Amino acid sequence: MVEIILTLAAVCVGLAFLLALYRFVIGPQTVDRVIGFDVLTIISITGIVLAALLAQRVVYLDVALVYALLSFLGVIVVARYLEGGQ
Amino acid sequence: MDVIGALILLAGTVFLLLGSLGLLRMPDAYNRIQAGTKAATLGTLLTLLGAAILMPAWWAKLLLIGLFLLFTNPLSSQVLARAAHRSGAALAPQTGVDHLAEDREDLS
Amino acid sequence: MSNIPFVMALLLAVAMIAAALVAVRATATVGAVLAAGLVSLFASVMFLLLAAPDVAMTEAAIGSGLTTFLFFFVMGRIRREGGGND
Repeated sequence: MVEIILTLAAVCVGLAFLLALYRFVIGPQTVDRVIGFDVLTIISITGIVLAALLAQRVVYLDVALVYALLSFLGVIVVARYLEGGQ
Repeated sequence: MDVIGALILLAGTVFLLLGSLGLLRMPDAYNRIQAGTKAATLGTLLTLLGAAILMPAWWAKLLLIGLFLLFTNPLSSQVLARAAHRSGAALAPQTGVDHLAEDREDLS
Repeated sequence: MSNIPFVMALLLAVAMIAAALVAVRATATVGAVLAAGLVSLFASVMFLLLAAPDVAMTEAAIGSGLTTFLFFFVMGRIRREGGGND
């Protein structure tokens, strides 16, 4: 039962990943690409948690923490550059 | 108990999928920021909660990641929306009113 | 159940190729730099799926974080000082 639900969850994460990647690829403006980058990082965090659950290893969660930090810092840096970067 | 945790995890991933769908379907950058970051934050938090129910020994790290996401994600989306407005991202054609641009005209 | 990481790795490979194509073909510099960072991000998830969490953490911090921030720092500095004139 749990395995079936986890497989469904992995399918949902994969579909969300593909949709956000499509937005990143076609994104007409630069801001759309930045949003796509942010959402792709968040979806990757969920994928890492799923991989940690499947492999039963707690060490993987450290990488998810690094990802959360990187998503925040990356968006702040790009937004400051887009604003005019003083 | 395991089934409840897995169902909460599945609900989180469904929210993530809906957020990505909104990211694809919304007409302009500001609506995409709304749809993308808010739904994705809720989805990730529900996923972390489901993982904590499935694996009770991991709660400390999952709580740390969840708190970090809860504090930084709305902040980054707000900073990004402000940067989009200042860099002149196009509004959707059906937008009624832009109060931020009016305020800026009043101030200058 | 056991082939979920395999499908995730397959999806990540396709996403890496798509991001690399965006990095080559994008007209705006910001989009190209973000796409290059995204390639590193996907590569680090790939390292994680290959059961190397320490390599994944280093790749995420250096390849995706530091390189992208350095690009934006330099681009902001060039724009502020009006580079190319001297």
